[in-house]
Amino acid sequence: MSLHKLTLCELQKQFQAGEVTATEIVRAYFLRIGHVEPKVKAFVTQAKESAFMEAEVLDRKLKGWRKTLPLTGMPLAIKDNICTEGISTTCSSRMLQNFVPPYDATVIAKLRAQEYILLGKTNLDEFAMGSSTENSAFGPSRNPWNLHCVPGGSSGGSAAAVAAEECVAALGSDTGGSIRQPAAFCGVVGLKPTYGRVSRYGLVAFASSLDQIGPITRDVSDSAFLLQAIAGHDPMDSTSVDRPVPDYMKALQKRDLKTVKVGVPVEFFTEGLDQDVEQSVRAAIGELKALGAEIKEIRLPRTDAAVAVYYVIATAEASSNLARFDGVKFGFRAKETKDLLDLYMKTRQEGFGPEVKRRIMLGTYVLSAGYYDAYYGKAQAVRTLVCQDFDAAFKEVDLIVTPATPTPAFKLGEKSEDPLQMYLSDIFTISVNLAGLPAIALPCGFSKEGLPIGLQLIGRAFEEETILRAAHAYEQSTQWHLKKPTIR
Amino acid sequence: MIFETVIGVEVHAQLRTNSKMFCGCGTTFGLSANSQTCPVCLGLPGSLPVINQTAVEMAVRAGLALHCTIAANNRFARKNYFYPDLPKGYQISQYESPICEHGWIEIRDGSGTRRIRIRRAHLEEDAGKNIHETGTSGSRVDLNRAGTPLLEIVTEPDMHSADEVVAYLKGLRDILMYLDVCDGNMEEGSFRCEPNLSLRPSGQKEFGTKVELKNINSFKYVKDAVEYEIKRQTKVLTEGGKIRQETRLWNIERGETAVMRSKEEAHDYRYFPDPDLVPLKLDQAWIDGFRSRLPELPAVRTKRFVSDYGLPEYDATILTASKGMADYFEACVKQFPQPKIVSNWVMGELMRELNNSGTDIAVSPVTPERLVSLLQLVDRGVISLKVAREIFPELYSSGKAPEQIVQEKGLTQVSDEGALEQIIAEVLSKNPAQVAQFKEGKQQVLGFLVGQVMKASGGKANPGKVNELLRKKLR
Repeated sequence: MSLHKLTLCELQKQFQAGEVTATEIVRAYFLRIGHVEPKVKAFVTQAKESAFMEAEVLDRKLKGWRKTLPLTGMPLAIKDNICTEGISTTCSSRMLQNFVPPYDATVIAKLRAQEYILLGKTNLDEFAMGSSTENSAFGPSRNPWNLHCVPGGSSGGSAAAVAAEECVAALGSDTGGSIRQPAAFCGVVGLKPTYGRVSRYGLVAFASSLDQIGPITRDVSDSAFLLQAIAGHDPMDSTSVDRPVPDYMKALQKRDLKTVKVGVPVEFFTEGLDQDVEQSVRAAIGELKALGAEIKEIRLPRTDAAVAVYYVIATAEASSNLARFDGVKFGFRAKETKDLLDLYMKTRQEGFGPEVKRRIMLGTYVLSAGYYDAYYGKAQAVRTLVCQDFDAAFKEVDLIVTPATPTPAFKLGEKSEDPLQMYLSDIFTISVNLAGLPAIALPCGFSKEGLPIGLQLIGRAFEEETILRAAHAYEQSTQWHLKKPTIR
Repeated sequence: MIFETVIGVEVHAQLRTNSKMFCGCGTTFGLSANSQTCPVCLGLPGSLPVINQTAVEMAVRAGLALHCTIAANNRFARKNYFYPDLPKGYQISQYESPICEHGWIEIRDGSGTRRIRIRRAHLEEDAGKNIHETGTSGSRVDLNRAGTPLLEIVTEPDMHSADEVVAYLKGLRDILMYLDVCDGNMEEGSFRCEPNLSLRPSGQKEFGTKVELKNINSFKYVKDAVEYEIKRQTKVLTEGGKIRQETRLWNIERGETAVMRSKEEAHDYRYFPDPDLVPLKLDQAWIDGFRSRLPELPAVRTKRFVSDYGLPEYDATILTASKGMADYFEACVKQFPQPKIVSNWVMGELMRELNNSGTDIAVSPVTPERLVSLLQLVDRGVISLKVAREIFPELYSSGKAPEQIVQEKGLTQVSDEGALEQIIAEVLSKNPAQVAQFKEGKQQVLGFLVGQVMKASGGKANPGKVNELLRKKLR
């Protein structure tokens, strides 16, 4: 079997046993990338040279004394909004096209300490703003299941790379669904950890109170494995939480769902929900029941307000977070400017794409004097209500199950002219970020057109173990995750 | 028409932390450009701030000393505006819930003491510096200062004259320096003040339109700028004009204020809570701990120096202006309980040497013990006051004990009657005319004769003894 077909846990086992070298792994992956990348376009930057160098160093070192760490030699792809020292981090924006960070994000430092191998940086919607990767300044990525379809976004490059077997696993970031929606569209597993579980230090901020880094993998075990490597308190990130990281792999050992109460929110099964998606998700709920879970209908009444709240809070924070891209210190600077104001205006005019500008303007507006209370203030108040919905629900149930997206992957260009339609593709994932909860998206079927459908499991804060356990049990009893796309 | 001046003051005090407000970079002044920077204070994409606990402690201590209420719940906010010296495009500050509120400070005016109310004091980070050098193209940015912790202290509009503003600023600066939370250096910008000033017809309740003054970096300029602005506004109003709400810069060369920006150009800062920083909760017991450990502050100590040591208020004020000096004085008085004498020496000889060498009193080469030894030598009549003053510079520079210097130089005062009588006999034989005059009743000649004896002894004769012996001889 080709190396690129193995899951992270499988490859890790082979490597630890010395059955395969790091160089062989890297060679296999770049061979695969060479074959499919021209079609999928998952990467912004391929780190071929450094990957081979790192692999050789590892192999030489391991020849003497075979002492490995959990991720030694594992070839990962990283979303291009996570800072990697010495390797450009573009956020798929013209603004940062030539930006090479002088430091590693905390998650990268952790992976590096475990001797992972970086294969490359993956494409995204510019500054993670979008749901299709069509907002990338370097062109869209494609859905490996159907190259005419979007891979979702904003972590579309990472999800596509995992689905197309261009890396064994990847990291994405999730602000309103940016890990789960592309994972669902690409038929892979995507986990958004609890806000504060994984350090944001070095993740180029879109909306600071919502952003969270998480794994995108081929199956649930791999997500547990990768989360283990990146989770934990970071003194460099005040919003990361100082509490012990449990053993996530151990959580997978329980194969049934007896004693687990699963809530089904009625608000998520209304009009606008694709029939194929509804059928698959209902079938999945049946499977959870068969595994021993107690299924309960619940209500999350503020669900309909979540998208509006999100687009006020996220854009407000973004308008401030993106102020630093002013052409003064790093990144793009417009040429031939006559004075300071002109430098600012031209740099931002030429450096940012249309969606980023749209959100900066929205965010600037909602924070303006005279509008703050009506928009930002009100949105914060409603955000609290959304949290209370979840708090109330989690008094009754241990898990909430929903579709990850209202439809399977849509066609390229289908929604790019209609921002509101695009925003609504995150309708099932957004409220989770507002409440800071952990959630996973995993394959639960296929549409008539053969596109993957994703199931979302939402848990209580810091109860990733429960989500992983349920997702794993479901995965073990189904075959969806084993089906692979034919890329053509 | 008679106008009343109403003044409020904003002070930005740099806190004396070793590291910056939100990262681990150093805060030393004057290092090469951008040498004290990191991803956080450069505002690099992905970097995040972490609150400096020492800065919070300093703000709490300053707040307590200013009689403020300390907020249990603190939230940092972003103040958004574009400027090249502001790396993130926003300044992390406090907006809705400042760490300190509702305090006061006492100032002395002509008639007595008066309270100036502190509206609030909040923590924030400093910006960098834009450098515009002539002869080079474009401007440069030095971000060494970016992220240095500042405490912004805002008063109520309680002041009415330039003198009051200066008295307030001096009082505030003394307190902050006493607490060792700010070095008070106005020239280097560690203590920056921005008075805002308006005039209203005497008796009117509503405030007039206020003008903010900037670019004032010494107490003298504070006085000059405020006085200039009062005159300017009085003239405008008297001539029937209107005051525009604006920010004006003090121009040192021209001795006048000039418009920097008007209200129409004022920013909408779009303040909102910084989502990168979780709310900072301060425990009441923790705050109370600082309250109980607060040092005795200048105003209280000044009063005590007057009442306990019987010092003139002038001496007490000077001695208590810095904690180091006050501590030094008290250490001396403990061993040599003649406060006025100690005060004279500390404010005179010691201060002169310290100022000349730019030395902090805390590390004075003449320790309180050494100064006391010197004073005791005078007190016991071993050396004269004159000799003590003369050897002080050597005492300061050599690090030797006063006894050693006195012995080495043979400066011990001559009180031995035998030796003195010999000198007196010589002086009297050389000055028969004066002796005759004295005997005729011209008492003032005695002074001349004492002087001659002192001279003949090389200054070492004990003047009291000489006086006594001369009178005996001439009787």
